Amino acid sequence: MQNHLLSWIVFTPLIGALAVVLTPKPETGRIKWIALAAAALTGVFTLAAFLRFDKALSGFQLVEKTLWIPPLNVHYFLGTDGISLPMIVLTALVSILACIASFGIKEREKEYYALFLLLETGMLGTFLALDLLVFYVFWEVVLIPMYFLIGIWGGARKEYAALKFFLYTLAGSLFMLIGILALYFKSMPHTFDLTQINPAAFTLKFQKALFFTFFLGFAVKVPIWPFHTWLPDAHVEAPTPISVILAGVLLKMGTYGFLRFSYPLAPDAAAKFAPFMAVLALIGIIYGGFVALAQKDFKKMVAYSSVSHMGFVILGLAALNSAGFSGAMLQMFNHGIITSGLFLLVGVLYDRAHTRDMTAFGGLAAQLPLYSGILIFFSMASLGLPGLAGFISEFLVLIGGFEYNRLAAGLASIGIFLAAAYLLLMVRRVLFGPANLKWQGLAEINRRELVTLVPLMILIVLFGIFPQLILDYMTPTLDSLLTHMEGIFA
Amino acid sequence: MNAAAVVQDLKAFLPELCLLGGAFLVLLVDLFVKNKKILPALALLALAAAAVPAIPFRGTQALFSGFFTLDAFTHFFRLLALGASAVWVILSAGYKPLQKQYEGEYYTLVLFMALALVLMAASTNLLMIFLSIEFVSILSYLLVGFEKKNSQSKEASVKYLLFGSVASALMLYGISLVFGATGSLELTAIPAKLDDPSFYGLTLTGSILLLAGLGFKISMAPFHLWAPDAYEGAPAPFTAFLTVAPKAIGFAVLMRVLTGAFHWFSFEWSPILMVLSILTMTIGNITAVAQTNVKRLLAYSSIGQAGYILMGLAAATPLGLTAVLYYLLAYAFTNLGVFAVAIVVGSGTGSYELESYRGLAKRAPVLSACMVVFLLSLAGIPPLAGFFAKLYVFSAVIENRYYLMAAAAAINSAVAAFYYLRIVRQMYLVPADETSRIWSCPVTRFTIFILLAGTIILGLVPAPFIDYFKALLPF
Repeated sequence: MQNHLLSWIVFTPLIGALAVVLTPKPETGRIKWIALAAAALTGVFTLAAFLRFDKALSGFQLVEKTLWIPPLNVHYFLGTDGISLPMIVLTALVSILACIASFGIKEREKEYYALFLLLETGMLGTFLALDLLVFYVFWEVVLIPMYFLIGIWGGARKEYAALKFFLYTLAGSLFMLIGILALYFKSMPHTFDLTQINPAAFTLKFQKALFFTFFLGFAVKVPIWPFHTWLPDAHVEAPTPISVILAGVLLKMGTYGFLRFSYPLAPDAAAKFAPFMAVLALIGIIYGGFVALAQKDFKKMVAYSSVSHMGFVILGLAALNSAGFSGAMLQMFNHGIITSGLFLLVGVLYDRAHTRDMTAFGGLAAQLPLYSGILIFFSMASLGLPGLAGFISEFLVLIGGFEYNRLAAGLASIGIFLAAAYLLLMVRRVLFGPANLKWQGLAEINRRELVTLVPLMILIVLFGIFPQLILDYMTPTLDSLLTHMEGIFA
Repeated sequence: MNAAAVVQDLKAFLPELCLLGGAFLVLLVDLFVKNKKILPALALLALAAAAVPAIPFRGTQALFSGFFTLDAFTHFFRLLALGASAVWVILSAGYKPLQKQYEGEYYTLVLFMALALVLMAASTNLLMIFLSIEFVSILSYLLVGFEKKNSQSKEASVKYLLFGSVASALMLYGISLVFGATGSLELTAIPAKLDDPSFYGLTLTGSILLLAGLGFKISMAPFHLWAPDAYEGAPAPFTAFLTVAPKAIGFAVLMRVLTGAFHWFSFEWSPILMVLSILTMTIGNITAVAQTNVKRLLAYSSIGQAGYILMGLAAATPLGLTAVLYYLLAYAFTNLGVFAVAIVVGSGTGSYELESYRGLAKRAPVLSACMVVFLLSLAGIPPLAGFFAKLYVFSAVIENRYYLMAAAAAINSAVAAFYYLRIVRQMYLVPADETSRIWSCPVTRFTIFILLAGTIILGLVPAPFIDYFKALLPF
């Protein structure tokens, strides 16, 4: 018997969005609570899925499959495994926190929350779809609300940023669509079903072409250098909760795509492209780090730090070994919770001071002790302090990278060094040094903001000390992926 | 052919007779009635009367010695033409510049146009195809220039007439060559007579000239030059119709001619169509980017869309042809929807400039939301009709391994998304100068909702339509 838990996870936000649409515009209080309730209910369903999930198994669980478009053999096919489960947990969690963080938004709330919930449906669907066409549909559904969320509620250059985001991602994903269709016609019988496609039958040439088209789609999303230029614009202009979603979840859709589709479907090509991926990852790590170091804008700095940290994920994937894969998966999750926190903190400061220029601050530590403590905590987590989550994942990636190529691991560690530099520089500029009298009236972090941050802090400490808690869920799937890939190399 | 057979065939021609009768009735009633509001209602009634005998499908039959064929394919396009005409009438009824301006003649022409398209869809003889295309063209020249006091309208009409005459001449010449080579004008008879290799070159030349003439109707580059001016100058409801119905029927004829009569050398015309398809979509999309007038922007967009549809035809496979049919239906709903909203906005703000869409989301929230859906469907965003249409034509070319063409179409789609978003941006991202609400009349609103429902349902539940179209292909 099928249960429809995963469908409930995907479509609860959509139902919430419809409820928001049907609520009269002036009742903003009710709209907010409907949105939060929908996000929370999704969280409950996700928790239920998490509890039902058998972490010892490697295949897809909680599978739902119905024929959707018979003439094209398209199935509405959802399922979760060790790769997608952490992602949906992350999505559900970050969405709830971002929803709470959205309570500060004061204009056009009805449209905002409807789009926000539509976005959540798109993200969850992307992570759960096992039919390539359904995956593509959800992948594209994410674009539209994001365009509006940046374009309407964003900062000064919001329109430019929203359009850039939309067109970059769309252009990349259209090539991915060509890849998906080529795959469909190559598989016998024609199918979009991920589990039915046997890559052993594909020639290397076809795999390479396939990998390349998928790469264009996913690389824009991650973003891998040199496809990253939309990211700083989108991040800087987006309102805080949307930045949180962008950094916390959206970027992971790209790396998830590699693990879910590119690697299992084109394993030989993945091996052939590994050096290429590793080089791009290293450029991203180092370039992102240096550019972050040069930023005066707080938010831009965090945005570029994302380029650098996502580089670690790509490096772990390129390593094609167990440590690298675990590190990459873990880094996806950890970066999600850490960077979400940093963006929330940027937002807290910006809401009060209306500037993000780090050089304009100074000496806030004495005035805002609680805020400063939390900011230091997240900075430490981000720069990879042992005992906090970020450390484990970057360490695992480095181990994997070392096994793969020592030089690569060596160069990647420059990124960790740079992270320490730009984060500590930020802490010094904002929190220490001579106090700027202009900010004397600045209020301390409030309760609502704390509610959004504390859960992340708990998780960062928890996974920093007991990474096994989450690795146990990922390892069987990642191992079977590696065996699957090696089976095809041979 | 004896009288009894004629009567028998006329029975199958009941929809056409209804339209013809309706046209004359409108003309007659116009003479005696002061309240011209009755005319669009009468026209709608005639269309409905035509639809009643047109809806049940009674199996394939050849009519009037094979001049026409009533098969499932004709049946579909007949209904499409009638449906699009009905939307056209509804949009015209609320269109201010037409009011008190020869309304009787206008609605007469509407019904003649519907008749001409229905004939065109059923024609299976090259001579009849030529005649029905001429019928449609002459009516189009008249209707484009219908706003007599508008100089733009007049210029467009003359331009259209000149281009159209050249295209007709080319087509006629092509038909004469084909007739010379094969000795037949019947589409079904031509393939059997193509076996003489000495006439190969002649037939090929003839078919390419024919393609040029038909390409004119579907605004295929490089025969598209009339289209932007005609689309901009024509009364907006007619523009909506012109970008949809004559184009769809043009494709229907093109499919019949190319895959029915000349399928044997599809290897010759398929590459030509491929190049022309890329050319058409690129010209349409690139030029649309720079437009500041919504009507003109949509005109170029419809040229771009024709390019995508041609992709399916260029593939020349059953999948490709099914894709063309699916695309035409999806495009009909979506493009009529876009124009319907544009017409309501146009009469609310008095302008078709992009600027007048500023802050429309506040002035007409429901209408704006509909517009977004239509535009996203045109841009090919899932899960809307336009997405599956595009997916389908993409899969047709990829099945044939025309990867380069798929890549060209992908880049084009991204460009197209850019200009569709320009309208969305004006509506949602730019604040309004004015706050007065824009209302549409209930009938128009109802029509827009129907079109919206079509756009969404075709995207969410494409399977029955795909099955239907697969069964439709007669060749």
